Amino acid sequence: MNEIPLTHILFLSTALFFIGMYGLFTRRNLITMLMAIELMLNSVNINFVAFNKYLYPDKLNGVFFTLFIIAVAAAEAAVAIAIFINLYRNHRSIDVEETEQMRY
Amino acid sequence: MQRPFTIDDIAMNYSSYIALIPLLPLAAFVMLGLLGKQLSRSAGILATLIMLVSTVLACYTAYNYFFVTGKVNGVYPPVAAFHYNWLPFSPGLSIDMGVLLDPASVMMLVVVNFVSLMVHVFSLAYMKGENRFATYYAFLALFTFSMLGLVLSGNLLQMYIFWELVGVSSFLLIGFYYDRPAAVAAAKKAFIVTRFADLGFLIGILILAFYGGTLDFNTLIYQLTATNSSPLTQSPQAGFPGISLLTWALMLVFMGGAGKSAMFPLHIWLPDAMEGPTPVSALIHAATMVVAGVYLVARLYPIYLLDVAVLQIITWVGAISAFLAAIIACTQTDIKRVLAYSTISQIGYMLFALGLAGYGHTTTGYSASLFHLFTHAFFKSLLFLGAGAVIHFVHTNEMLEMGGLRKWMPVTHLTFLIACMAIAGIPPFAGFFSKEEILLAAWENNRYVFLLALITSGITAFYMFRLYFSIFWSRTRSYPHQHGEGSWTMKVPLVLLGTAAVLVGFIPFADFVALDNQKEITIPLSFSIAPVTIAIAGIALAYLLYYKYNPGPQKLALALGGLYKMVKRKFYFDELYLFITKRIIFDGIAKPAAWIDKHLVDGFMNGAGRATARFAESIKAWQSGRVQSYALYFFGGIIALAALIVYWWT
Amino acid sequence: MTAYQIIFYLISAFVLATAVLAVTANRIFRSAIWLLFSLVGVAALYFWMQVEFVAAVQIIVYVGGVVVLIIFSIFLTQQSGSQLPKPPLKRSLFALLAVLFGFAFTYNIIARYRFAPVAAAKPFVVPVSAIGEQMLDTKQHGFVLPFEVVSMLLLAAMIGCIVIAMRPVPKEKANQKRTAPVGAFGDNLTDLPRPAAEPDPVSMMEEKTT
Repeated sequence: MNEIPLTHILFLSTALFFIGMYGLFTRRNLITMLMAIELMLNSVNINFVAFNKYLYPDKLNGVFFTLFIIAVAAAEAAVAIAIFINLYRNHRSIDVEETEQMRY
Repeated sequence: MQRPFTIDDIAMNYSSYIALIPLLPLAAFVMLGLLGKQLSRSAGILATLIMLVSTVLACYTAYNYFFVTGKVNGVYPPVAAFHYNWLPFSPGLSIDMGVLLDPASVMMLVVVNFVSLMVHVFSLAYMKGENRFATYYAFLALFTFSMLGLVLSGNLLQMYIFWELVGVSSFLLIGFYYDRPAAVAAAKKAFIVTRFADLGFLIGILILAFYGGTLDFNTLIYQLTATNSSPLTQSPQAGFPGISLLTWALMLVFMGGAGKSAMFPLHIWLPDAMEGPTPVSALIHAATMVVAGVYLVARLYPIYLLDVAVLQIITWVGAISAFLAAIIACTQTDIKRVLAYSTISQIGYMLFALGLAGYGHTTTGYSASLFHLFTHAFFKSLLFLGAGAVIHFVHTNEMLEMGGLRKWMPVTHLTFLIACMAIAGIPPFAGFFSKEEILLAAWENNRYVFLLALITSGITAFYMFRLYFSIFWSRTRSYPHQHGEGSWTMKVPLVLLGTAAVLVGFIPFADFVALDNQKEITIPLSFSIAPVTIAIAGIALAYLLYYKYNPGPQKLALALGGLYKMVKRKFYFDELYLFITKRIIFDGIAKPAAWIDKHLVDGFMNGAGRATARFAESIKAWQSGRVQSYALYFFGGIIALAALIVYWWT
Repeated sequence: MTAYQIIFYLISAFVLATAVLAVTANRIFRSAIWLLFSLVGVAALYFWMQVEFVAAVQIIVYVGGVVVLIIFSIFLTQQSGSQLPKPPLKRSLFALLAVLFGFAFTYNIIARYRFAPVAAAKPFVVPVSAIGEQMLDTKQHGFVLPFEVVSMLLLAAMIGCIVIAMRPVPKEKANQKRTAPVGAFGDNLTDLPRPAAEPDPVSMMEEKTT
């Protein structure tokens, strides 16, 4: 059944994580940055489920972590978008380069 | 010395109300301080009534102490009427709050309360219409509380606390007219000079407490006098340059007393302190606070008796103060300053009377000194209040602008005359008796001091009657403000104090306040001849020069030339102090210290701050506000940490 | 190579490809759609790993919730179809290098680590009832406490969102509401001509929906 080695799944999740990170570094729009973060969270979730399935098949802890992360990520996305909308009202822009007030 | 009496039933007799005597003025202070604005006019009446209650209690205490409890084994026992263990440090040492009754403190209790009551009554009219009327009474009450606390203190540290409280309330009262620069300067001067002296007092207390193992007066005296093995009384090797620790401690304590009592050379604050309201001068600078030094020495007298050297120093400090102040008083024209110098002179009398025991013949000086303190309180506060009435009438302090006032102020005139006779030592007024006792003690112990005191008493008679004649006789002037002598509240205290100044001399004082082993004081009639003659001579000289306005005094002043000028400028003491403080302490020590502080210490600190700021300036660009840069830094940091852990940690 | 393996590699390729497109597409709406596909791919992966419940949650929450939210926010804040500004080349290059380095480093560690082979090859089955029981279990291995904490978190997030995004009532408007002045003939004075406000997509949206 387990013909796919664990490392391959980890390769997938690592690649997904760094793709998300690339997006985080290069995108200037806050919403797209949020998307990148969602990708990174998903890669983490994949990791949890994979480890659970391959290493501790008699337990469910990884699944629970995944569920909780999904819940937290949903909340985080909602709050983030509320902030973006508020920001947009005040600045007419959600470009990350223009939100530079929090500097020295 | 006997072990202190702590007979429970005697103590119980007092404990119910004794604490009220100082606490009532404190209550008045708190009440007036908080509600003064609302009470306005009635504030003074309220404070006066409270003082009246306190005075009645004090008199009742004195009656109880002297006549009901009476003598035990031939002496009046010290009674710890109230005792509260306040701050216990170790089984041996604790700071307590207590009330100690002995003849001296009971006498002071009556004096302070009585004079304070008189001043309260007098001020009702004198301070009428003053903006800060209630504040004035609050300060008066605070002062009275502090002074009563000082008098009743059962241990050194408690006394020190009240001593400082007295200092601060006196500061407040001297500076009462704080919109006058002179008053502010005087208040500051008084506070700084006495505070400087109190430093010595505190160190003295610490030495005594450390080696005596206690702060309590009676226990301390008992331990130091009963056991000769105490390290304090040991050989001089225990102390610093050949002077024993006991001498040091007593000298330092006396320094505190000299500061409060305005003794040479710490006397400079008292004449300036006359900037305060005149009734305040009557209370503080005549009867109560300035005699605190005398009272302090009297309290520790059995210990002072152990050390002859200190007593001799006290003698000479007192005698010189008495003499110099009397001379300066002859040249002053501000009537309150004349009285201030006469106060210094009279306190000098009291102190050298205490010190005379150092010459080892008799110890009658103790009783004489406190007797003089007692009588002096009445006639000197009378003089000050009289001067207050005069100032109230003519609106000036300058003697040269007065004259002929006897027509307008008969009551003041009469009482002032009584007081002058009393201070000059004319029989049968109060001052005569006490001064005679002091002179007798001087005669028995040290003839030089006796001579000096005799001359001083002549000068005293001269300058007091110079004052008297200048105010009430001399040339008659017209005064624009004809509002009469003042209301009854001003006259009643004068009359009461005048009566006291006549009568208190007849009290057989030495029976009440005396050392345990003191012999009876009997003044031979022939002894009185010389002092009285000299006093009359002084009065006669004053009569010649000042009874009628004539150019005599000016001629005399011109003839004396530089000498007169030197005396008039108070022997250049103020200038000398100014030189020491300004040229030596300020320019010589403070300025270099300030330079070091400003340039070296601050420079180092500023340099450190500037270096930090410059470093921060150079790296602040990292805080660009760009989220993605932060993310990059964060990512780099995580990678670096991971690499560190993976490759080096294991 | 069995069909099972082939399916895994197909899903992986799909997920990675759509993820790359999601972070590189230069129209934001397309980017969101690629993200949607990528998340669906992840859900497929969960199906492949036989954790159907997680897969279902993934589709409901991510695809049905988060992505829809993102698309709404795009509508609210962007003119759809407009081009996203291209990142400067230097930055993309730098980010690419950093990401590649990080990936190499991480994968190096993963490859060096020898995961212990599972001794008891117990089939990995995840019945939903087991998840539910353990989720609300108050005993040793129960997850009821995190469950409650997450519920609190969600409540807080909900309130926070409302507070942050709530449009503050303009001051003069509130005052007018309280003391609506009425003219002598009962005509409402609040309908005075107001200065034309700058068009505001958010408020336009709100007006449309209400």
